[in-house]
Amino acid sequence: MRWMWIDRVVELVPRQKMVAVKNVSLAEEHLHDHFAADSARGLTALPVMPTSLILEGMAQTAGILVGHAEEFKEKVILAKITRAEITRDATPGTTLRYTATIDRYDALGASTRGVVELLDHARPDRGFAPIGEIDLIFSHLDNNQGGAGRSGEAFPEHNFVFGHAFKTLLRCSGIPVQ
Amino acid sequence: MTRDEIFSKVRDVLVDALAVDDDEVTPTASLVGDLGAESIDFLDINFQLERAFSVKIAQGELFPEGVTQDPRFVKDGLVTAEGLSALKAKLPHVDFSAFEKDPQVGKVAKIFTVDTLVNFVEKKVNAKQPA
Repeated sequence: MRWMWIDRVVELVPRQKMVAVKNVSLAEEHLHDHFAADSARGLTALPVMPTSLILEGMAQTAGILVGHAEEFKEKVILAKITRAEITRDATPGTTLRYTATIDRYDALGASTRGVVELLDHARPDRGFAPIGEIDLIFSHLDNNQGGAGRSGEAFPEHNFVFGHAFKTLLRCSGIPVQ
Repeated sequence: MTRDEIFSKVRDVLVDALAVDDDEVTPTASLVGDLGAESIDFLDINFQLERAFSVKIAQGELFPEGVTQDPRFVKDGLVTAEGLSALKAKLPHVDFSAFEKDPQVGKVAKIFTVDTLVNFVEKKVNAKQPA
């Protein structure tokens, strides 16, 4: 399984905003464990996308937006979840839409704001409905290795953050990438 | 903007960024030692202060960069006199009086207190809007 938690980028306004979608599918193995049936407790299976993976989906959306700002030359690392609130379960057969906007951006990193919406394909008339907000902070790793309280760790020269899977996603979404 | 008003807004920023109670945010509280700030929180605080006070904070302006990694400024785990001068020049909003007595490089991050931030913002805001 590839660690990709968005399926397609549907809108990109460089340095400002990115929108991506994720189709929740019952073919995803983890949904059969989250939550599995528990006969001893008389509980039937309840496949629900883990909130942690919804967070990951927003982190990938916002991370690509931040990385795109400098043509993926910076190593963009999720550093902090400043706020996360999800109010409804995402079940198989629904589509999540992540909208990330850049709030602050500088050489050290970026802060982003994000809205998560859900489309229930059984009720298309309702359209995408907001189900949560996720605000994040990203660090430009190479610019945060010195200074007060920082790690001083050495990291590889090549950009290990944005690999082939991300580039494939962008190309499939019609976004040129080197 | 009065110093009390600045303190109030700085406190709101720290409560949000560090998930602390507002009564923990006292003028002398150390960001690292008392409020549990970690390295990435400094970036969060930087961004939130920019938003709260509508100012632009340049890289290294609020928190130092490079000084403690410079071999000219650190010897045997202590910040040298030259290093201390460099820090003072870069960070006029910081009170170094306690640090000077025990200038261990590992304690540099602890020099940042709530008052440090209030001092910094006061200068920034006054520079933007002279009284």
